[in-house]
Amino acid sequence: MPNATTIALIPLLPLAGFLLLGLFGQKLFKKSAGLIGTALLLAATILALYTAYEYFFVYGKVDGVYQKFVLLQLTWLEFYKGVSIDMGIIIDPISVMMLVVVTFISLMVHIYSLGYMKGEKRFSTYYSFLGLFTFSMLGLVLASNIFQMYIFWEGVGVSSFLLIGFYYDKPSAVAACKKAFIVTRFADLGFLIGILVLSYSAGTLDIGTLIQRLTSPESNVVKTATAYSFLGASALTWGAALVFIGGAGKSAMFPLHIWLPDAMEGPTPVSALIHAATMVVAGVYLVARLFPVFSITTPGVLEIVGWVGALSAILAAVIACTQTDIKRVLAYSTMSQIGFMMFALGVSKYGGEAGSGYTASMFHLFTHAMFKALLFLGAGAVIHYVHSNDIKDMGGLRKYLPITHITFLIACLAIAGIPPFAGFFSKEEILHAAYQNNMAVYWIALITSGLTAFYMFRLYFSIFWNKETPTFAKATAGKEGGFAMMLPLVLLGVGAAAAGFIPFGEFVSIDGKPLVSKINLVFSIAPVALGLTGIMAALWLYKKQNNRSARLAASLGGFYKAAYHKFYIDEIYLFITKKIIFNLIARPAAWFDRNVVDGLVNLTGTSIQAASEGIKKVQSGKVQQYAIYFLTGVIVLAALFIYIWK
Amino acid sequence: MNEFLTLMKSEWLVTAIIFLLLFIKIGKGLKNETLLPVIQVLLLLNFILGFLFTKEGHLFGNMFFTNPLIAFQKSILNFGVFLISLLFTDWLKKSQQLPEFFMLILSALLGMFLMISSGNLLIFFLSLELATIPVAALANFDLGKKRSSEGAMKMILSSAFSSGILLFGISLLYGATGTISFAELPQQLDGSPLQVLAFVFLFTAFAFKLSIVPFHLWTADVYEGSPVAVTSFLSVISKGSVAFIFITALYKVFQPMQEVWYAILVILAIATMVIGNLFAIRQQNIKRFLAFSSIAQVGFILVGISSNDRAGLVAVVYFILIYIFSNLAAFGVAGVIATASGKENISDYKGLYKTNPFLSWILTLALFSLAGIPPTAGFFGKLFLITAGASKGTYWFIAIAALNMVISLYYYLRIVRAMFMDKNEHPIPTIKTNNIAKLGLIICGTGILLTGLLSWIYDYIQSLVT
Repeated sequence: MPNATTIALIPLLPLAGFLLLGLFGQKLFKKSAGLIGTALLLAATILALYTAYEYFFVYGKVDGVYQKFVLLQLTWLEFYKGVSIDMGIIIDPISVMMLVVVTFISLMVHIYSLGYMKGEKRFSTYYSFLGLFTFSMLGLVLASNIFQMYIFWEGVGVSSFLLIGFYYDKPSAVAACKKAFIVTRFADLGFLIGILVLSYSAGTLDIGTLIQRLTSPESNVVKTATAYSFLGASALTWGAALVFIGGAGKSAMFPLHIWLPDAMEGPTPVSALIHAATMVVAGVYLVARLFPVFSITTPGVLEIVGWVGALSAILAAVIACTQTDIKRVLAYSTMSQIGFMMFALGVSKYGGEAGSGYTASMFHLFTHAMFKALLFLGAGAVIHYVHSNDIKDMGGLRKYLPITHITFLIACLAIAGIPPFAGFFSKEEILHAAYQNNMAVYWIALITSGLTAFYMFRLYFSIFWNKETPTFAKATAGKEGGFAMMLPLVLLGVGAAAAGFIPFGEFVSIDGKPLVSKINLVFSIAPVALGLTGIMAALWLYKKQNNRSARLAASLGGFYKAAYHKFYIDEIYLFITKKIIFNLIARPAAWFDRNVVDGLVNLTGTSIQAASEGIKKVQSGKVQQYAIYFLTGVIVLAALFIYIWK
Repeated sequence: MNEFLTLMKSEWLVTAIIFLLLFIKIGKGLKNETLLPVIQVLLLLNFILGFLFTKEGHLFGNMFFTNPLIAFQKSILNFGVFLISLLFTDWLKKSQQLPEFFMLILSALLGMFLMISSGNLLIFFLSLELATIPVAALANFDLGKKRSSEGAMKMILSSAFSSGILLFGISLLYGATGTISFAELPQQLDGSPLQVLAFVFLFTAFAFKLSIVPFHLWTADVYEGSPVAVTSFLSVISKGSVAFIFITALYKVFQPMQEVWYAILVILAIATMVIGNLFAIRQQNIKRFLAFSSIAQVGFILVGISSNDRAGLVAVVYFILIYIFSNLAAFGVAGVIATASGKENISDYKGLYKTNPFLSWILTLALFSLAGIPPTAGFFGKLFLITAGASKGTYWFIAIAALNMVISLYYYLRIVRAMFMDKNEHPIPTIKTNNIAKLGLIICGTGILLTGLLSWIYDYIQSLVT
């Protein structure tokens, strides 16, 4: 059996870090805050690895099936019998896998920040926020109750808000953190309503019970809930769709992705944390957590999940090809890769071989965490060196940043899906799952993976090759980052190179039974060939300084411009909010509030003042008058009750 | 003989203290510095002894009646007097006639005890007078001040007027029913016009004491003129005792006429809450302000009383306990400030937080409790009063009461704003609060916080009401 104390300590250690550094950091631990935070997270990581080992190799497997354990069911708030918000810990393959991913990536970010954030004025605040972020994400992963999950979900939202807006004296950072918060908040509303619909139908908030009740189509619960319909869809379909909207908001799926590129305003290690391990994978995790409901009860919604994922994947890949800000390219690549995970879930079915999409999605989440964290941390090292985000300011850096160069190359190869790097294996499984279930999605995915290779190597060549003599000011450039920054790069580089060899299907599958992943060599030819073509194209265009890319862009004309402007999605949002919502709804509402609501309140106030002025004369101070009032009162009452009342 | 001692033990104890003070006064006399602690200890002892040997019984052919609930009500009043002796330590020490002050206050208390225990209209009348006349003398205690004498004069005149009407009512009632015993009256009441007239006369006497509109006019002048200690005694202890006997009279004696008195209560409760609030809004003097706010509070007590059931009785006793803490805390702070600086206007309180944070916090707590803001006890007190009142089903009445609670928020918070937010060039200088007074304020503050949160207090009162 799992040890509840050990597992509970994993999220509690970062929380302790948050409280300790948040409360006393600025006074007591100005210098040592980073070491304290890192030490606590190291302990959490060791515990997470230990838990994973114990679960996968010691007690987790019973009769060849990985079991689900629910520990520590503390009732926090009981609404009525059976419906309560419990604080519990769920232990199953995906939560254990996520424990490892979150703690490991977070540890890497912690270590990296020791170098990257050195000398920052709010150094201890930064580490306390990192602790809060990690705590929230770990709590979300371990939540056994859907409402508990929602609480931590919001915790993730808040901590990302704090970290994206960390440089709060920069207006763009403030705007970005507000944007991230508002967009995801908006989506969270969907999640909340979805929770309410689903839990109302199922009569429980406990995830295990909820899944159990909603996935037996013959049961009364499902029949009753299906009977309610709204706009042609049943209550359960709406519930699941709304929950997915929440997931799409956090995971930056089209059309709720607009916050993600702007979120680059935070410190670069934070971007690594957001993109690799915490915030954006929360949505994928949510869909995976409720996957039985999606796949058995509401397959229609799952289809939507698949299409939204595929659309986001290709859209983001196209946009990424045109961006020149290194972090924005990476941001769109994240969106694209999360799209892969989403549609992998979307094309999956429940159980057995057909459930390979689920496993593939989780596998990709795992490998993506490695190489995406590596890419961001590498980009951080580059930015740290060049003091610019724009690839036009870079070039020829391979001589100056040798370690960064090698690890960045590994990450690019991994994300491009070149064997034997990690991304190859997971992407292959995703493509395989899509091939079996949905050909249209398969073709989109195939094209996207070609584009991925192209834009990643466009980035790679632009940074490390292109110009022979760098244009940045050499005077400001120092050495390649110190040991603290290089260690995570190397560790993640090893992960990105080797993580693919883990027989992932053995451990994680939807029904707990091991799934043997078959890599079919013939099947792999097309994606790998496309990937290599993408790399070659990037090589031809960007390895040396030339005007080929400009000519290509010119020949693409309008399409290039649209992609460069991110297909004007931000502008559409602005148009809808500023022109339509503000003018047609907000202004009239403001007028109504100011004139009618406030007016009524003011009227009440004025009339009370006036009445109080009016009766002033009664209190004259003359005893004779008092006696008269007294007597009048007696007589009126007596008359009232003797003559009129009777 | 034994019963004679135990049933009336509260009365005996108070009498004993009065005589002790009398002997001290006649004898050599003691300095205020030594006498005051002695009195405080005696009052504390009196309060503690109030909880011992309580039992049910009656004396003098049903003229005197007591039970655990009545004993508890007396303890509440005892406690109030004890708190007053703590809160106004500074003022009392300066007083020329310390023994007289306590002799008078304890005589009034004795009157209240007899009043609560009375089982007969005659005893009721006598004890009501005993509870009133010493207070009129007390109102005049600031001998040098004209307003003080004026207040005392107004009080004695008004209460004489009220007593006349009360006596008139008692005579009519005796004429109509042939009895003045509480136990026998209910059988004789049939709601004839003469009886209704007599009842209205009787009712006005209670209304006068409780400052129910339109019988409240004396209140503001007397409260303003009297020393703060006396004002607080009048507004808290005096009100509480009358409310207790008022419930007994309505629930036990005039139960057959409950339709009449329910209607009267509804009308007068609304008038009292509204007028009390409207006057309180405009007051500039803190004592006058508290006087009118206490009138509005009485309106809420009437809402609870109107329920005519056990819940109403429990709610009223509970509320009065809370009211003692809250109002005494407010008066206590006002008294400390008035004694130290002579300032009594609300505008003087601007910026008080800067110079006297402790006093500001206690006053804020008290005002929050009076306004009924959770988690202070006042919130629970009002909640129970209003739920008790709602049991009758006259929801528009309850809605008006709730509305008045909202209006009262405005003027209570106005003072809080003055203390915490308004700027002042010359705020009241930092006052060195006497430790004994501080202790009293802390007891009040703790009471305000805990009476609502500790459920056993409410449960205890509920267990007393059978």
